[in-house]
Amino acid sequence: MPVQNFESHFQEKIDADVRIEPKDWMPEKYRQTLIRQISQHAHSEIVGMLPEGNWISRAPSLKRKQILIAKVQDEAGHGLYLYSAAETLGISRDEMIGQLHSGKAKYSSIFNYPTLTWADMGAIGWLVDGAAIMNQVPLCRTSYGPYSRAMIRVCKEESFHQRQGFESLLVLSRGTPEQRAMVQDAIDRWWWPSLMMFGPHDSESLHSEQSMKWKIKRFSNDELRQRFVDMIAEQVKLLGMTLPDPDLKWNEERSHYDFGKINWEEFWNVVSGNGPCNKQRLDARKKAWDDGAWVREAAKAHAEKRAARNKQQAA
Amino acid sequence: MNYFRKYYYGDYGDKEAPTGGDTGKAAANEWPLWEVFIRSKQGLDHKHVGSLHAADAQMAVENARDVYTRRMEGVSIWVVESKYIHASNPDEAESFYEPAEDKVYRHPTFYDLPDEVNHM
Amino acid sequence: MNKELFIYTLHLADNALILAQRNSEWTGHGPVLEQDIAITNIALDLLGQARNYYQHAAALYNSLSDHDKNSLEGSLPRPWKSFHRELQEDDLAFLRDEHQYRNLLLTELPKGDWAFTVLRQFFFSAFQHLFYQELLQSSDPQLAAIAEKSSKEVAYHLRWSSEWVVRLGDGTEESHRRMQEALADLWMFTGEFFTAAGYEQAAATEGFGVDVLLLREAWLKKVEAVFAEATLEPPKQSWSQSGGKSGQHTEHLGYLLAEMQYLQRVYPNTTW
Repeated sequence: MPVQNFESHFQEKIDADVRIEPKDWMPEKYRQTLIRQISQHAHSEIVGMLPEGNWISRAPSLKRKQILIAKVQDEAGHGLYLYSAAETLGISRDEMIGQLHSGKAKYSSIFNYPTLTWADMGAIGWLVDGAAIMNQVPLCRTSYGPYSRAMIRVCKEESFHQRQGFESLLVLSRGTPEQRAMVQDAIDRWWWPSLMMFGPHDSESLHSEQSMKWKIKRFSNDELRQRFVDMIAEQVKLLGMTLPDPDLKWNEERSHYDFGKINWEEFWNVVSGNGPCNKQRLDARKKAWDDGAWVREAAKAHAEKRAARNKQQAA
Repeated sequence: MNYFRKYYYGDYGDKEAPTGGDTGKAAANEWPLWEVFIRSKQGLDHKHVGSLHAADAQMAVENARDVYTRRMEGVSIWVVESKYIHASNPDEAESFYEPAEDKVYRHPTFYDLPDEVNHM
Repeated sequence: MNKELFIYTLHLADNALILAQRNSEWTGHGPVLEQDIAITNIALDLLGQARNYYQHAAALYNSLSDHDKNSLEGSLPRPWKSFHRELQEDDLAFLRDEHQYRNLLLTELPKGDWAFTVLRQFFFSAFQHLFYQELLQSSDPQLAAIAEKSSKEVAYHLRWSSEWVVRLGDGTEESHRRMQEALADLWMFTGEFFTAAGYEQAAATEGFGVDVLLLREAWLKKVEAVFAEATLEPPKQSWSQSGGKSGQHTEHLGYLLAEMQYLQRVYPNTTW
């Protein structure tokens, strides 16, 4: 079969919503795009452990400490599921981690912002995980089998994250004036970066069109962003708080909320390394990795020794 | 020839050159990859749930417990090092699976019985 | 009920909480993802145990007569006294001062490297494992119930940490060296397991607690068995540090508490 036929057969499968599995033929570009997307997603989970991990030691109650630890741990799990999915495409986890550490691979820019108060834990759960879920739910039906299965697992666990975030803010919003101020401040700081999580406008998005055709991506950036704004604009009322956008208002005609201009200059700056915590986050990841090198090596050496001994015994 | 490359579960690194990166750092010290199968409750089959890395089988079982059963998803765990999985080839899917399509006589609904015959 | 039961329960709670706090410092910083998740699970188990104990202690206190309450004055969180409400688990965890904490010194030492963390966990789990077998017989039904639930968790912690001790002891030259160093640092803190504080002696006599002295031999046996496989030698030195159980701590606990308690201290009696 000539290559063109492979390609058209491949596209037919995608169009018919038949999942692509690891051993199936796939265009090289599809594979590369998936590796990039899945590994970025995995990196985001792993780097995303850090801003929240920042508050584990200071969580204000034993219950909140439990919830936060479990949540950050889930993110490690999500990273693991996603790395595993990417590994079926012929790249090793160590390679991907190497790409993260060298700066070649990106992760979600949101995690380059600092977590300054306890209310940030709630705001991250509600806004950041909320935005992430918007992106992730459609990916449960993405065309690549292992990716879609990983996402189903992720989404199942993720719904607890958003709920606990909102609930935690709800408690604070009914608390003391200091706590309410903390909530408003957190919303003010996390709102715009959350909107940026959906990526550039469709007109400027580099990979969108082909990814939609391959069903690696199922909705456009702007479409998902609008859904998110519509959802949050309503939920914020329950908290008795406001979103920091004077242009936010309901548009009867569109049946959507209009909202203000996103500061794309800030977005691109944070993406390219000028966020408040880019260096700090990456340094923390590298340190954990480097400090762990002797541990990984020792475990491997021990396993090999033991295997050799068993062999000797058997002989 | 690039188009005919195949990528298998766990089938990277030692059998084929790693691809997709210019990092040049081979995963020399990486712990092997394992596939994880979990029985969600007594009476059901073990089902493939994903994979993970571990230095040895014992650690793989424990990692599977910590990673894949945090929410009471299982009562029993199997792990197998990914490189030991033998799989059918999708290129042979037609010869493997299509011959079964016309063997309708293997299915109970193929046989018409009078309504009076119950429980069969 | 007597005041020793309250103090004894706090001692058990403090051990679990402080070690959970230390272990959770690994979350997001583990040597490999799978083990990041594993050590975090242990932290969560210990935190769950701590909560059970603190809740029990608070309930015990709240049900006391005024006379008995007065006799416990020195063990209560100072800021709580102005709240004019019943005692709660978080008051005990977040508002007691350093000298009121009764955890083992071993649990409060900084997390160190992975060798230090797994060896400490092994020493502690080996102790807890034996301890809970005995606490099952406690005359206090709540302590017995906590022991039953926790002993299953601890059996796993012991398995996990033993394996790591073996792996690192008998791994590479570097890992062996690091284990020896961790061992040299930790060994003198293990004697405190078996040095009973006053409230522990009372607990053993009255039947709601465990005579820790009796666990020593079995603990050593377990350690020696794992060390043999790990090619490690238990140190000869027998001098041991203690004091944690009666509120005399290392310099490390103050910092740990300052960080852990900060929000409750800055915003007293607030719901989170």
